[in-house]
Amino acid sequence: MKTFRFPVEAGQILQFARAIGDPNPAYVDPESDAATNAGGVLAPPTFTQAADHYEPGYIRRPEPGTPWFGSGREPISATQGAFNAEGGSGFHAEQSFEYHRPVRPGQVLTVDVKAGRTWQKDGRRGGKLTFSEIVQEFRDEAGALVVTATFVGVTTERRVG
Amino acid sequence: MALRASDLIVGQVFEQVVVDDLKRTQLVMYAGASGDFHPFHSDEVFAQAAGSPAGVFGHGMFTMAVTGRVLTDAVGDGRLVSYTARFVGQVWPGDTLIARATVVAVHRRAPDALVDLEIQTVNRAGDLVLAGSAVARAD
Repeated sequence: MKTFRFPVEAGQILQFARAIGDPNPAYVDPESDAATNAGGVLAPPTFTQAADHYEPGYIRRPEPGTPWFGSGREPISATQGAFNAEGGSGFHAEQSFEYHRPVRPGQVLTVDVKAGRTWQKDGRRGGKLTFSEIVQEFRDEAGALVVTATFVGVTTERRVG
Repeated sequence: MALRASDLIVGQVFEQVVVDDLKRTQLVMYAGASGDFHPFHSDEVFAQAAGSPAGVFGHGMFTMAVTGRVLTDAVGDGRLVSYTARFVGQVWPGDTLIARATVVAVHRRAPDALVDLEIQTVNRAGDLVLAGSAVARAD
């Protein structure tokens, strides 16, 4: 589907570790015992989510020149983008990561985004549920697979919740 | 920290409080760090108008991220082989989250071992918010 570059930066790992409330020095301090034991500073297990900052046109990020649907003068400023105004609604149902190599500051990862499987199930409240996977493959400069991340989204026929 | 298969027993539980009285500020920090700025997670005015009368709630990936700490604290850094989560309940400001990882199997293979873990994260009321599994390498 698409490919983009994700430079892994120490400052972004620090902010991510702070946001998840994890004081593990292996994420921030190259001189810590924890980092030494881990072969150097590394990123927390779900850090590759931060690649969203680099994904072109990522729908959950305000972009200059594109209406953003968050509150401003009105509680909902636009009815487009990630806010689905067509009646149905979408959720992040499941996520999985396979770890092949550590993610470390200084790497410039290449992210290949591909569509995965799609399947349907009958739901109780929202009518038919459609599940679909989006697979992100993160590779290092040598082309070696570092992390495989699979997003499973579900959309409902009728708006719920 | 080296994780030794011989130190692990099936049924052993690792548990910790990974969020205590969740603040909206922490959701804003997660939005900024992860890049997911969906207003459901940081914009109270939008959330209430858009179908969440109780206001903002946590990103599913926030719950998965904070739950990851019970894994890395238990198995050590850089030892995870896989980590999967299903988002089964919403997380709200004020919630306290307790993450639990249970050893369900230890597979010995030369020269190391693989440990299967089952993961559950619950809030203070005991409601399940995340269910998942992980595999880690042990010596």
